[in-house]
Amino acid sequence: MVSPGAKKQKADERAKYQRLATSIVPKPPLVRNAIVAFVVGGLICMVGQGVMNVFTSRGMSQDEAVAPTLATMILIGAVLTGLSAYHPIGEFAGAGAAIPITGFANTVVAAAMDFKREGYILGMGAKMFIIAGPVLVYGILSGVLVALIRWLYRG
Amino acid sequence: MATKRVGGSTIVYSTPPVIVSAATVAGPKESEGPMVEWFDETVPDDMFGERTPEKAERRFMEDAIKIAIGNAQVLPDQVNVMFAGDLLNQIISSSFTAEKLAIPFVGLYGACSTSVQGLTMASAMVDGGYADLALAVTSSHYQAAERQFRYPIELNIMRKTTSQYTVTGAGAALVGASGGKIKITEATIGKVIDMGIKNPHQMGPAMAPAAADTIFSHLADTGRNPEYYDVILTGDLGRVGAEILLELMVQRGVPLGENYADSGVLMFEGVRGTGVGGSGCACSALITYGYVWKKMCQNEISRALIVATGALMSPLSWQQGESIPCIANAVVLEA
Repeated sequence: MVSPGAKKQKADERAKYQRLATSIVPKPPLVRNAIVAFVVGGLICMVGQGVMNVFTSRGMSQDEAVAPTLATMILIGAVLTGLSAYHPIGEFAGAGAAIPITGFANTVVAAAMDFKREGYILGMGAKMFIIAGPVLVYGILSGVLVALIRWLYRG
Repeated sequence: MATKRVGGSTIVYSTPPVIVSAATVAGPKESEGPMVEWFDETVPDDMFGERTPEKAERRFMEDAIKIAIGNAQVLPDQVNVMFAGDLLNQIISSSFTAEKLAIPFVGLYGACSTSVQGLTMASAMVDGGYADLALAVTSSHYQAAERQFRYPIELNIMRKTTSQYTVTGAGAALVGASGGKIKITEATIGKVIDMGIKNPHQMGPAMAPAAADTIFSHLADTGRNPEYYDVILTGDLGRVGAEILLELMVQRGVPLGENYADSGVLMFEGVRGTGVGGSGCACSALITYGYVWKKMCQNEISRALIVATGALMSPLSWQQGESIPCIANAVVLEA
């Protein structure tokens, strides 16, 4: 049985050490990260806009062009991941590469590539959404909640 | 009453075993670093021509063993026991390799402290008269470790300021009663220390207190000061962990001097995209059996304290919010 005093002493020691560690651990360069994320994320969105303009110039309406634009961006993200080119972009740009839909495609394809070695059923099929899964679950859940609030509010 | 001991946690080998031969096999990223000249074999393809990184890791380990026993001109069946461990679940790299080579096998798990754990056990077997030749082997692989402990390889993830890079490679040491120049004189077995660090991207900060504790115990048990050693080498604290260790030793009143170095820092000095340094079982093995052992054989280092550090968490334990228990084991090499 550990006495309460010893327990407290251990907790104090840990807290003291964690303060020391925090003081030595380098801080993430937040300003740099924010700027790079803005620029790279913005560039990806510009590509998206360019793709959309191609579709609208071929006679599609703005609404009609949304789905094929997203599909194209997902394809680009997936292919870049397959060519091992998206990982370095992510390493450089952080959220700038993760937030656009290309980043979402990356999470699915990266997991698929990794788990393919354990087979198509128990590996790839089962674990493809290991990173993207939570995004889908909570994305759909928050969609339902927001729709519910709107429905209650507007009747 | 055990006689081959001193202090609370240090073993003193009564007839110190020697390293008969040692071998290192390193991957491509490791070969970009300043240590490349010290490795016995460098492999430009980290997949070693295999389909999975797990299979590739075994090839690294197998080659390290073959080179080590080949250099000593012995056959696998002359080796009495092999102590081996790695990072993969159920230490598959070690057991699959042991099956292939048909050497009696004891599996170890000490995370990245395995190299010293193995050396400690192999030396005890030889000193105790239970083996003529004993192997201590360990390996790690960037891709295999990354996918087990962290994320898929191609995922878009930004490195944290404390992230380390798992070393791809393997190291093997053949320990015997005679036939080598470098003796293993003492070993200090560390306690598991957990200072409440929960972030798996902060391995250096998590392991530094364990390293400090083991070094402190070792010096207290043997009545030495840090200057006794030409080199005090930690396993894989990285730049951040090493800085914390230096501060902890100052606080304990035994500051480490210029003779202190960290394998993780040495491994990837100047190599881009490796965070604050190397990690993994092979990190300390490659620097110890590559750089330190060879320098000792060349009479440039005469006493080295090798402190391999390991973070003993699993992906399950950190996902369940547990902090990271860590260990450091030390051996003394003397020329």
